[in-house]
Amino acid sequence: MSEAVIRDFCQWLAATPLSHAIQTAGWVIPTLQTIHILGVAVIFSSAILVDLRIWRVFQREVPLSDVARRFLPTIWPVLLVLLVTGSLLIIGEPRRSLLNTTFYLKMALLAVALALTGALQWSLSSAPEFWQGGSARRMTGRLAATVSILVWCSILFAGRWIAYTQVG
Amino acid sequence: MPRLADLIAPLESSGLADSIRENDLLFPLIESVHVLSICLVVGSILVVDLRLLGIASTNQPVSRVTRAILPLTWSAFVVAVASGSLMFISNATKYLGNGYFIAKLLLIAAAGVNMAIFHVVVARDLPRWDNKTASPLRARLAGGFSILLWIAVVACGRWIGFTMKVG
Repeated sequence: MSEAVIRDFCQWLAATPLSHAIQTAGWVIPTLQTIHILGVAVIFSSAILVDLRIWRVFQREVPLSDVARRFLPTIWPVLLVLLVTGSLLIIGEPRRSLLNTTFYLKMALLAVALALTGALQWSLSSAPEFWQGGSARRMTGRLAATVSILVWCSILFAGRWIAYTQVG
Repeated sequence: MPRLADLIAPLESSGLADSIRENDLLFPLIESVHVLSICLVVGSILVVDLRLLGIASTNQPVSRVTRAILPLTWSAFVVAVASGSLMFISNATKYLGNGYFIAKLLLIAAAGVNMAIFHVVVARDLPRWDNKTASPLRARLAGGFSILLWIAVVACGRWIGFTMKVG
């Protein structure tokens, strides 16, 4: 998609009644952002706790599959809340995100983080002991957990950075 | 007694505060660390609160959940306070004049008091209900208050950004 098309789309979106409503009521955007951050807090903490369990820093006496079953399923419904609040924020200020490279970077990182989370959840539901099978798998697990922590942190950084990299 | 304004003036005019104000990258960087650590504080304390409310982690004793989670919560809180202090000194006078900033500090203090009351008073007879799914009403109240207070802390934090132009 060329930039001109996105620019036109932003212009159209910003002219919709919903966008107007979000822009004019001063409390709407901070409220949406607050809900968005609370959702991020839940997802981020859930993912980090499971990653820390893989590193045996958190609740090592509890099997990994139990820790994963306790925290990972929460991520998906909360993700829906993030999609809704995120979309409304974009509708309110389309140019802030859609014409911003940082936003696309955030979405790409999110795809990686979710793929990692999904793969972990799936591997543990089909074979609860999977990541304990041998040192190669343990190392792979720790590597994946480290990547997951870094990617989730980058997503949060990118989220904040959107505010500083918007074009006019 | 020296006035608060006199105490913060040297902080605000320090070289460190200058750099945070002037450098284009430093403020967003500190702010990102702040958001990240607050997310961990809120998300991790929520695990404890939901256990107290009997909603999640109910197959584990309350004491095991608090022992596993609270070190992470406290570590993240230390980072949040450190990053928050750096943002504060960069514009101390403006922050002190912002109602949402004051409200945020008071709400964090209230969350601290709630936690202290939980440890000292509510959890006094913890061994009696440690393993039970349903905690006594006072423990559920502590969990409920904690959730509400931290939601309010995050909301105030966001509102500071909209009512004060810095960075």
